Parts: sequence; C-alpha cells; structure tokens
Amino acid sequence: MRLSNTQDSYGLLAVTLHWLVAITVVGLFALGLWMVELTYYDDWYRSAPAIHKAVGVLLFIVVALRLGWRTRGPRPAPVASHSTLERRAAATAHVLLYALLFAVMLSGYLISTADGRPVDVLGVFQVPALISDLPGQADIAGKVHLYLAISLVSLAGLHALAALKHHVIDRDPTLLRMLGRDPARSPRGRRAPAPPLDS
Amino acid sequence: MTILRTSSTAVGSLAVAAAIAAAGLLPTTAAAEVEKYVIDTEGAHAFIQFRIQHLGYSWLYGRFNDFGGSFTYDTDDPDNSSIQVDIDPASLDSNHAERDKHLRGEDFLDVDQYPEAGFASTAVTWHEDGTGTVTGDLTLRGITKPVTLEVEEIGAGPDPWGGYRRGFEGSTSFPLKDFGIDYDLGPASTDVEMILSVEGIRQDG
Repeated sequence: MRLSNTQDSYGLLAVTLHWLVAITVVGLFALGLWMVELTYYDDWYRSAPAIHKAVGVLLFIVVALRLGWRTRGPRPAPVASHSTLERRAAATAHVLLYALLFAVMLSGYLISTADGRPVDVLGVFQVPALISDLPGQADIAGKVHLYLAISLVSLAGLHALAALKHHVIDRDPTLLRMLGRDPARSPRGRRAPAPPLDS
Repeated sequence: MTILRTSSTAVGSLAVAAAIAAAGLLPTTAAAEVEKYVIDTEGAHAFIQFRIQHLGYSWLYGRFNDFGGSFTYDTDDPDNSSIQVDIDPASLDSNHAERDKHLRGEDFLDVDQYPEAGFASTAVTWHEDGTGTVTGDLTLRGITKPVTLEVEEIGAGPDPWGGYRRGFEGSTSFPLKDFGIDYDLGPASTDVEMILSVEGIRQDG
C-alpha cells in the first residue's frame, strides 16, 4: 500500500489519519461525557479533564495536518456507481465534519482559556490563551462545546451508516477504499455498477 | 475645605457648587432621622465574599461581583436599622473560570434555574461592645432560610467629596446542604462562610 493517494484509492497516510481522527473523536466524546459527571473525590477528577484537553490539542494538530495533506495530494474521485445526489450529500457531509471538528476544538479551547490560563498538554507544552475574559465565556463556550460535539458525533454516525449502506446494500468499494483497499485490484472495483433499483 | 476648594475650581458652575454645598450641610440637620444609605457598588466599596475550606488544608475565597442594595440606620435607636441586598449569583468569581462555571452549574448554585439571590434583614440587635447581630432571610438556589450575621460597624462620617458614608462588616456560616447543595467537597468543606462588607452613601433629602 503506497503512502500517497491515487486517482481511485486512498494511500496509507490518508487512511491512517482518517481512522485516527475517527477513534479520537469518539474517544474524546465518551471521555468528555464521563468526566463531567465525576465528583470531587474520584481519582480521575483532575486527570480526566487534563487528558481530554491534551488529546484535543493533539487532535487539532492531526486534523490540520490531515487537511493540509488532503489539499496537496491527489484525491480519489468518487466511486463511479455513486449517484449525483450521493456525491453531493457526501461532499457536504465531509465539509461539515471538518467544520464541526474545528468548531468543537475551538469552543473547548475557549472554555479552558476563559480566564487567561493556557492549555497544558501533558506537561510537554502549553497552548497560550489568545481569547479570554469575554462575558460568560466559559459557560457559553461550554454549552456550545457540548452541543457541537453531539452534532459532530451524530453526523459522523450518519457518515458511518452511509459507508455501511454502500458496503452492505450497494456492495460498492466505498468503505473498502477507506480501509486501504485499491478498488482496481479488488473484485468489487472491477464489477459493473449495480443497476438502479427502479430499472 | 473640600466644598470651598470645589467651588473655587469649578469656575462658572455656581449651581453645581451650591448643590454640593447644600449636600455637605445636610448632615447637621439629619441627625434624628432614620438615615437611608445606598450601598456603594458603583465605587466598589462593598464586597460580598465567601470562603470555604479546601480539603481542610486551606481557605478558598470567592465573591459575587454584581449586587446592589441599601440599608437604613437609626441614629437614635440603632436596633431599628435594616439592610437588604440583591445578588446576581451568576457573577460568582473565584478567580478560576472553569471552577466558576462548575459553581454556577447544577451541582452548586444552578444560576440558570435560580437567577436570583439576596439577603433581607428581619431583626437587628446592637450589643454593648459595639458589635451587632443581624438576623435575616438569605436566598440562594431558590431556597430562602434565616441566617444570623455577626456584624460590626467599621466607621461613619463625611467623605472628602461632600457626602456621608457608613460601613459595616458581617459574616455568617451555614451548611451548603441548607440551600440544596449536596455535592461532596469533603468533610472539612460542608459549611461555607459568607462575608458581607458594605459601605453605604447616605441619601439626603
């Protein structure tokens, strides 16, 4: 499997970054919901938020790199059997996923930096507070962070369901491509597009 | 002296000087009345602080930044005095935004649900030693309960700008659970102390 993308397959880097972001987003979502329910005498009361913030900062770096990689290298064309509607819906969802990712990360950053404190990343480095002391900043950013995170994970769930639909119902290589398979070399890629249901 | 200096520098503003002079003269004629004071939140010469033990090892201090109120003081019969304060619980400030967010949330003051807090005295008793006891109703988290403040008068007298001021400090302590807060902060931190430190500007005329 090559590192870079080709016209019809995803390279190792794109595939790795995709799944790394997917697992991290789901993990941070679960960690975030869990940690806010912890009480004062829980062992994780202090460390869970610290980990959540640190991983969030690292995720920002990964997503920025991923977006950079996406804009530089070749991007595989949509699978040939996808309808125009599917292509448009998928493209819209992908843009929204990136927008929500950045919005969730920004709102989280604004909670922690509301009074000018930096975000500490596992004691290795700190992200300075650039915007602080806005009226009600921590509270508003906190609510925004929660609702945007729910939106992000919901849309990611829809994105996953769509991929499974392509795999199980349409039996096209959409999901396999993101698992690193080259459709030109897989049986599904050589298959003729499935006929439309209404024909 | 202040009045004279003010009127000599405020050239061409005789009306203002006269008004200031009149305000400055009033104290001598208001001695026998129940004096009315507005708490000087505008000049921030008033503070509503709280403190609670952290793990039993130190005191954590916080305050409410937005509040307002007034008090009366009867110079003939100081027991016939009163005070009322309205507090915006959302203005809580413990110098840590994330902690403040938690304290404003459902685990503590739940300010979205209960946006009003305050204190209104019901009885005032001054003792021989100059300290006093103010009993009144404290409202926090939608619950109103009587509390007793131990109070002392810090001082009273004319200010340098033609007004007249009087200040008190009082404190009370109560269990958080009295006001519906049952979050476990540890055995040393079940009670919170509230400190009311206010200066009032007498409202004359």
